[in-house]
Amino acid sequence: MIWLAQHPLTILTFLPLAGAAVIVFLRREAASHIRGVALAFSLATFALALKLFLAFSPNQPGMQFVEHHPWIASPPIGYHLGIDGLSVLLILLSAFLTPLSVLASWTSITSHVKEFFLFLLALETGMIGVFVSLDLFLFFIFWEAMLIPMYFLIGVWGHERRVYAAVKFILYTMAGSALMLVGIIYLYTVTGTFDLEVIERQVTSGVAGLSGSAQTWLFLAFFLAFAIKVPMFPFHTWLPDAHVEAPTAGSVILAGVLLKMGTYGMLRFCLPLFPQASREFAPFIIVLAIVGIIYGSLVAMVQPDMKKLVAYSSVAHLGFVVLGIFTFTMAGIQGAIYQMCNHGVSTGALFILVGMLYDRRHTRQISEFGGLATILPVYSAFFLIVALSSLGLPMLNGFVGEFLIILGAFHVRVLYAALAAVGVVLAAVYLLWMYQRVFYGEVTNEKNRKLPDLTDREKVILVSVVVVILWMGIYPQPFLRRLDLNVAQVIQRVERGTPSYALEKTPPPAERTR
Amino acid sequence: MITVQASDLIRILPQVILSAFAILVMLFEPFLPARRKTLLGWFSLFGVIAAGAAAMRTSFSPGPAFGGSVTADPFSLYFIALFLLVAALCLLGSFNYLERDNVNHGEFYALILMATVGMCFMAASTELMMIFLGLEISSLSTYVLAGFKRHDGLSNEASLKYFLLGSFATAFFLYGIAFVYGLTGTTNLRALGERLSRSGASGTPLLWVSIVLMFIGLGFKVSAVPFHIWTPDVYQGAPAPVTAFLSVGPKAAAFAVILRIFLGAFQTAGSVSFQILWLSAVLTMVVGNLAALWQSNVKRLLAYSSIAHAGYVLVGIAAGGAEGTSAVLFYLAAYALMNVGAFLLIAHLAGTGERSTRIEDYTGLGYTRPGVAACLTVFMLSLAGVPTTVGFLGKFYLFRAAIHSHLIGLTIIAVLTSVVSVYYYLRLVVVMYMREGKPEAASGPLPWALRVALATSVIGIFVLGLFPNDLLVLTSLAAGPLP
Repeated sequence: MIWLAQHPLTILTFLPLAGAAVIVFLRREAASHIRGVALAFSLATFALALKLFLAFSPNQPGMQFVEHHPWIASPPIGYHLGIDGLSVLLILLSAFLTPLSVLASWTSITSHVKEFFLFLLALETGMIGVFVSLDLFLFFIFWEAMLIPMYFLIGVWGHERRVYAAVKFILYTMAGSALMLVGIIYLYTVTGTFDLEVIERQVTSGVAGLSGSAQTWLFLAFFLAFAIKVPMFPFHTWLPDAHVEAPTAGSVILAGVLLKMGTYGMLRFCLPLFPQASREFAPFIIVLAIVGIIYGSLVAMVQPDMKKLVAYSSVAHLGFVVLGIFTFTMAGIQGAIYQMCNHGVSTGALFILVGMLYDRRHTRQISEFGGLATILPVYSAFFLIVALSSLGLPMLNGFVGEFLIILGAFHVRVLYAALAAVGVVLAAVYLLWMYQRVFYGEVTNEKNRKLPDLTDREKVILVSVVVVILWMGIYPQPFLRRLDLNVAQVIQRVERGTPSYALEKTPPPAERTR
Repeated sequence: MITVQASDLIRILPQVILSAFAILVMLFEPFLPARRKTLLGWFSLFGVIAAGAAAMRTSFSPGPAFGGSVTADPFSLYFIALFLLVAALCLLGSFNYLERDNVNHGEFYALILMATVGMCFMAASTELMMIFLGLEISSLSTYVLAGFKRHDGLSNEASLKYFLLGSFATAFFLYGIAFVYGLTGTTNLRALGERLSRSGASGTPLLWVSIVLMFIGLGFKVSAVPFHIWTPDVYQGAPAPVTAFLSVGPKAAAFAVILRIFLGAFQTAGSVSFQILWLSAVLTMVVGNLAALWQSNVKRLLAYSSIAHAGYVLVGIAAGGAEGTSAVLFYLAAYALMNVGAFLLIAHLAGTGERSTRIEDYTGLGYTRPGVAACLTVFMLSLAGVPTTVGFLGKFYLFRAAIHSHLIGLTIIAVLTSVVSVYYYLRLVVVMYMREGKPEAASGPLPWALRVALATSVIGIFVLGLFPNDLLVLTSLAAGPLP
């Protein structure tokens, strides 16, 4: 028991995998048992994550709940876990979305139920593992291993073009991470360790002699892997395919958590380890991020398919996050992290909502619907709240993140902020226009007349989402407070790196904005 | 005048025991009724285990034997252990195969043992003529094994092709030895290394020619591009358990020789051998991986994949040094587990006469035979180098050695080609799990001897993929100073 109490992160990480192991031994026919076990384990994981979130001390700098054991002797690789404000939020998000995905797949997954929940739980272990690893090698193991369950989720339970989407997804991501592996090993040959904290210390104190060009190449090797994962324009082409073809749970996890791994990687590795290169590339990255915001929004606007619309909106939203990160301001980075969570909740919920409609009508074409508000009043109400949160209405969660990001961008260059604000407007356009076409007006399609409204199970999912949306929108303090030290530290690292040529106007570390 | 001492015999004890068992198998074979030939297989397996025990004994008294022509050092013992593992797995996987395809003759087991003897001598010899003898012993046995299904046209073709091209290649190797002897007056690797560094002959064109000639001979055995043309035909035509053996055993033995010659004796000829290794590694990885993309037959696909894997190993050899050698040794063990496992499983799934070896024959296998499909998936993911499997760690060590030696360009080519390989390994996974249909390839329950072999491979893949420390101790010990 003492061992258990001393290793909360190990338990958190491997609890879902234990659930998967239990499922292996259940009979294939006992589908309801399998669902129950999956739900129980994912809920237990969420409870544990919540407990960690509450126990996490916002005033203590550095990593908390650290576990450090030697693992591989040569080269020295440690089993090094720990969390800070950034990872604790993302862990909470992952642990929150997994039980929702289990519930959302309750009736819609009818074939190979056992394998489905097995992969879903294995995926959760991979996600949490990515966020708790403080050893580059360990991180890479989780990062890559997680692709396999996701690949199966898309490829087996997806829609018509699922195989194409699954293979595209895995090849894109692996191509990016292959170069990151080269970068990781190179970093090891320079520093002699895979331990993130040691490398960070060496980099900040200048012990590790990373020449300017080496830093540039390393930055690019890492950044490419993360940019593909995010995905940033122009590496986004795998995303619409994967999102549209994946089953609902797959889309939720993909949008909710997997994309965040890219931005998490930028914050965790690119900025602190390669501060100088980060500053040099910041203007280009910001431009790409803004292109992503506008392009993603415009493409989302013309999608005839609701799921594709949500998928492209992800490109835009993640553009905001990357923009926030590379402003190197307190507000920008905090907003980016907050927006990561918001996007996870809102877009995850949008995918769940679209999935519910698909379960009823087996189509997602906007033109097939119209006037649903009179037939499905409860569903329409929930959809409206989630859509408003996604487009950043004040009092809902999306607003907080986007506001902080734009504030940060404003400090760097007014033009950036203005262009990003255009993105906010466009988000309102595509979401509300879609809402109008699907829910308002006369009932245009007779097939929709008899659609049943939400079941209790679906209400549970949506109510929990809406509670989180409201909470994060009205009272963001508990979340932001845990980020303060973290973000300050990241900014400090980036600022301190010896400048080769700084940004034309180096932004002052912005004063606290709340 | 060389006198044979007891210590000499102890240092080649594993080879002696294997040879004795091979001869005994041949002696017993005529007296057993046709139904009972599998007994010889078990007997051979016992011989392999006995040889393993003998190798343990040998490890307590290392040193050169027979006037320095053979050496029992950690390097050779590591390889001998690897060959014995491969032989044992292939024997376990072949019992039911031979019965099913009605070619259950005792000679099969004797040939496997003899081929293993040859491979052991290749790894243990520190004398070029002895290496050549070992190469010939193992080659001759494998030529026959490839054509073991004499009523099968493809198998005959494989044997003939392997034999003709193989003899041609060994002739090149022998020619190279002759040049080296002409240049230095010795065929002993240790003396060779000393004389080369002393005479400063390392830059002469004659040495260059002899290095190229020897590499051609060995490159054929490891199926390095452009000497790989035989590989797909032979791997496809040979009986699948033999392919399992061919794709790992002789290959690893030839790599042992390459390590001994190129990183040991010819170390002083560094730049020439390095350029050859570098070029050959790039070509092998690129051609192997790209050609595999277009294959529709599982055996041919894995044949090209095995070419690609030879390329990765060459990366480690090009990196050189103790780190490179250690990485190569680790990788060969990893490769042995996953490749033998994959071929043995394919041998079973192919059914009588190996009819179902197309990729489409596996359609829907994931749901009719979940256990079998899961095993095959593990092998494919490990070959593709997905983390938590030993295939990933193996590649990781190779790339680390390469980056440490500043071969960054080579490493980038290696990682990118290995991303390409993910596509074709996943093709099998796609048909097994993501296509509807009834699999053609599903012949009966797994015989339990095969189960033991598969379980060993799968467990080995995960255990070594997650906890490699013990194996690393062995590889770094074996990678000590060569020769």
